[in-house]
Amino acid sequence: MTMPLLDIRDLRLSVPLGRFALHPLLKGVSFQIMPGEAYGLVGESGSGKSVTSLAVMGLLKKPLAVTGGQILFKGQNLLALPMREMRRLRGNRIAMIFQEPMTALNPLSTVGRQIAEMFVLHQGKSWGEAEKLAVESLGNVRVPNPDRRAKNYPHQMSGGLRQRVMIAMALACGPDLLIADEPTTALDVTVQAEVLRLIKELCAARGTAVLFISHDLGVIASICQRVGVMYSGCLVEENETRALFDSPRHEYTRGLLGALPRLGSRSEQGRQRLVDIDSIIADRSKLTESRFITPRELEGSQP
Amino acid sequence: MRLGFNFWLGATLTALVIFAGVLAHWIAPFDPVLDADLMNSELPPDATFWFGTDGQGRDVYTRILYGAQISLTVGIVSQVINSIIGVTLGMTAGYWGGWWDDLVNGLTNVMLAIPSLIFALAVMAVIGPGLPSLLIALGLTNWSWTCRIARSSTLSLKSQGYVQAAQTLGYGDLRIMFTQILPNMMGPILVMATLGMGSAVLSEAALSFLGLGIQPPFPSWGSMLTDARQLIQLAPWAALFPGLAIFLSVLGFNLLGDGLRDSLDPHMRTRKP
Repeated sequence: MTMPLLDIRDLRLSVPLGRFALHPLLKGVSFQIMPGEAYGLVGESGSGKSVTSLAVMGLLKKPLAVTGGQILFKGQNLLALPMREMRRLRGNRIAMIFQEPMTALNPLSTVGRQIAEMFVLHQGKSWGEAEKLAVESLGNVRVPNPDRRAKNYPHQMSGGLRQRVMIAMALACGPDLLIADEPTTALDVTVQAEVLRLIKELCAARGTAVLFISHDLGVIASICQRVGVMYSGCLVEENETRALFDSPRHEYTRGLLGALPRLGSRSEQGRQRLVDIDSIIADRSKLTESRFITPRELEGSQP
Repeated sequence: MRLGFNFWLGATLTALVIFAGVLAHWIAPFDPVLDADLMNSELPPDATFWFGTDGQGRDVYTRILYGAQISLTVGIVSQVINSIIGVTLGMTAGYWGGWWDDLVNGLTNVMLAIPSLIFALAVMAVIGPGLPSLLIALGLTNWSWTCRIARSSTLSLKSQGYVQAAQTLGYGDLRIMFTQILPNMMGPILVMATLGMGSAVLSEAALSFLGLGIQPPFPSWGSMLTDARQLIQLAPWAALFPGLAIFLSVLGFNLLGDGLRDSLDPHMRTRKP
């Protein structure tokens, strides 16, 4: 068996509440991503998906702190890595794309220059060379007229185009791992499908592993080989995508799948209510009580 | 972009000052220092001496043209120094936070508590009068507002998507500050610098008036006022015209700054009729 590219072991994250109390955000999350594999992380808002990805990037902001566990990237513990080394990995070996393509680009710089900066920064290329490479990478993400588009400013582009530019920047240095944090949420459905196909094809062609974070099960199903389901800071279930959709083992996963409207289900099974899950937000309001988060009564087997 | 009447008035006045300063050597009818003729002293404005003459018989119009050079140099150089100090401190404080932020904030508060003219006086007293020390004194005293604005802009820009994206792409702190944050806050900084030019011109006039700025016989608007003070009843024009020059140039800088702010601020842009 090959060594996993990313091996998260028992990752624990907390945010301090008051002087002595720690509010746990991740309660021992472990999963592995193999080289070239697309791994999906689903879960509702606040379940800890994005925080996990930020921990991998080493970009947790101040009150958040890792309280335990390891993040091994190619066998190297990222949590113990000095800041300079970590910065060299970011954008170069591990890249990330965000939900909001509208704000993720510097409004005062042309997109060509922003992509070119990646080559200058991580590969020590000259600006002239880097700008040629930037046009090339715009072509790779299938932006029409790449040499003309490279001279555009972000406000001259649509959301879908900007997300392509983001992908071009993220994949510029051929990273081993791409973290995609809900990259298609802000896009409309047709553009969403194109961008998804683009990520899938480019990563498959280059052997880039993907950590795909989403609350959209349909998107996850179309792109990922394996899926982890997060709930309240725990990874409650993990399985091959097909198996997970066919036979969810955990009650929460079953709830998530039940909450998904299906085309044609009414004619097959008659009128049915979609399953709803009590919101975690309600639990958060009880923060003053000693129990910070009251997990719902979880039935079913633990993973 | 719609620029209002105020902006154009300010731009015109500023352009006039620049024009006067740059071309003084060619358009001035006399020499500002050497053409002193006591036979011609305290003459009222006429066709030869447009703004009259002062106590030593020097042409006030000529001296005002040359005085514009001093005012412009002081205004621009002191604001460049101010902006560099203010932006460097404010941007790093806002970006890094922590003890550095506390230190810079404390320093800014101290600077704001000391009247800038008194502080400049103290600096001048230590390093002596003259143009270079005037530039240093004024450059060191007025950076606190720029610093505040740079800090608050940085704080808000820090949460912008592209700054966070730059972090995930492996940009270093300095690279983020210079490529992502600084260009995006140039608007307010530029406005502050333009507005500050007005107050620098005023401070220069005040310091020269007190005898600490430009040394006689070289003309500056402030020192011209000092000279004219004793003759204010005999030759009011010798005080009136430098005063007007100070007034109009400061007004020009301020209107220009206001106009720039209005046109660069997207919220103000829509409010205009």
